[in-house]
Amino acid sequence: MTISLIAAQFLSGLTTAMFLFLIASGLSLVFGVMRVLNFAHGSFYMIGAYMAWQVVTWLQPTGGAFWIAALAAGVSVAILGGIVERLLLRHLYGVEELYQLLFTYALVLILGDAAKFTWGTDQLSVHRPPVLDGSFQWLGTTVPYYNLFIILLGPAIAIVGGLILSRSSAGRLLRAAAFDREMVGALGANVGMLYTGMFVVSSFLAGLAGALITPIESVVPGMDVQIIVDAFIVVVIGGLGSFWGTFWGAMIYGQTLSFGILAFPQLSVFAVFALMAVVLIVRPWGLMGRPIR
Amino acid sequence: MSLPLSRPMARTPGLTLRRVPWTLVVFLLLLPMPWIGSRYDTFLATQIIIDALFAVSLNLLLGTTGLVSFGHVAYFGIGAYICGILMKNYGISFVIAFPAAGLGAALFSLIFGFFCVRLTKIYFAMLTLAFSQIVWAVCFKWDAVTGGDQGIADVPFPDTHWMTAIPGLGDLTENSRFYLLTLMLAAVCIAAMAQITRSPFGRMLTAIRDNRERAAFIGLNVRAYELTVFVVAGGFAGFSGALYGIFTRGVFPDYVFWTQSAQVMIMTILGGMDFFWGPPVGALVLDWLNQEITNYTQYWPFVLGSILLVLLFALPGGVLGGLTRAYREVRRRRSRTALRDA
Repeated sequence: MTISLIAAQFLSGLTTAMFLFLIASGLSLVFGVMRVLNFAHGSFYMIGAYMAWQVVTWLQPTGGAFWIAALAAGVSVAILGGIVERLLLRHLYGVEELYQLLFTYALVLILGDAAKFTWGTDQLSVHRPPVLDGSFQWLGTTVPYYNLFIILLGPAIAIVGGLILSRSSAGRLLRAAAFDREMVGALGANVGMLYTGMFVVSSFLAGLAGALITPIESVVPGMDVQIIVDAFIVVVIGGLGSFWGTFWGAMIYGQTLSFGILAFPQLSVFAVFALMAVVLIVRPWGLMGRPIR
Repeated sequence: MSLPLSRPMARTPGLTLRRVPWTLVVFLLLLPMPWIGSRYDTFLATQIIIDALFAVSLNLLLGTTGLVSFGHVAYFGIGAYICGILMKNYGISFVIAFPAAGLGAALFSLIFGFFCVRLTKIYFAMLTLAFSQIVWAVCFKWDAVTGGDQGIADVPFPDTHWMTAIPGLGDLTENSRFYLLTLMLAAVCIAAMAQITRSPFGRMLTAIRDNRERAAFIGLNVRAYELTVFVVAGGFAGFSGALYGIFTRGVFPDYVFWTQSAQVMIMTILGGMDFFWGPPVGALVLDWLNQEITNYTQYWPFVLGSILLVLLFALPGGVLGGLTRAYREVRRRRSRTALRDA
């Protein structure tokens, strides 16, 4: 293996990892606080991607269309998430997890078909924003500026998110609610608002991630159920509910996939699933999570 | 102590209904299908019977033991692949391939289940899902054995020519003979599972479902019971998968994708997981609706999602749960009127 090959694999793994972190962090936070495993998170990501394509198509000649589209995608998916939580999910907090799982799966079915109905089944693609169009050489491998942007954006969001969770009063409440929601409610915090806010932020991240992937991968029906499995593996490895665990889980996933393809082209997908199973067997609460009740 | 059981299994109204040998009744009712129904009816009935068998096997875990397995499709798929590979690639007879499919699926559920039963609740659901996705990844990638994303096409029908020797069956088509074979095998499997549910072993499983700690406290080896039922359910899922692979004339990685686990779970809940006959009712309703609705629109998943929402919010007990509640309501009103009149 040459240096340039290693560098190329490392960077591609890093790009994958940062995308996965963007998607999986919301999934993990919602599970940590609300104890709901949200299958529809992948659908939110897909809707974000379609929204971004839609807004870019509307604004086409305008400069900065991509950035407006990314923001619009995030915000519209956040609104969708808020509506879902307020109108429906709210009524299922007390019931068995089986019903919650099936509820989020019902959303997967409905949103998947709604997207097909609205945008058809063709592959849609979005150009890279002009600012990030070029690429540069690093250790003998070509790195597109867009990938560099994603690689830098991931840690930036991780640090901001981590600071919010550890320093702000909302973050303290969230961590407290993850620990014991009844007690937080009894102490006078508005747990209902907290949950809605959590779900909105998580949906925003999913929508944003969906928008940002459009220059790299085309937007197709079925991307929802594919990505949710990847995000699921990441949070299981890192620890469901652990924010930094999700970050490192995504890193491990990205690099395993990236270098696994070099070593065993046939078994790369298998390797990440096996990794997840081993983690679940040895530490069911993940590398950086903690056991719950 | 009059602690009510959270979800009593046998809510069937009255003892008389419970004494009816339902498997035999349903079997006899479905037997004349190739003669009275169209070719299409027989086709649909075959699918419903296979799905019903699969859903009943899931309900051994879900309704009887309270284990939320989100990866039950793995054992269905393993059964389908074993039977398909043996019959297509090695030309082995169905008589051997079918039991091999069930045993193979049971063996895999023993290996996976060994780890799964160590976890509870949501973690159990996740590990079963993880294992089923591993099975999917292997089926999808292992070209040499599973045919990769192409799957295994043209799985042959089992040899059913012996049926033509039976008077009255001589003029049946191969599809109709496969229907009869499916019906017989499924009836035997379902009768076996009904027997298991009614047995002391089955009662213990329900005790575990209602209160795990209490069951452990009175001396039950909870994990051993859970593993046993996991293996049994996996084996029967393997049988249904073997039949399904032949029915659709092929086995593909899509059969093992995680969304399929959700489908069979919807069937089980739709019929009513508190009832042994809930899952077959769910399979009947869902497969029939699927055929009817796909005639009008390609957006079947949308309809399915909407059905699921209605089910979760308005009818959590499923079809049979709703019927039982309605029946009770009627009876209560009638007895009240009788009291007033007296």
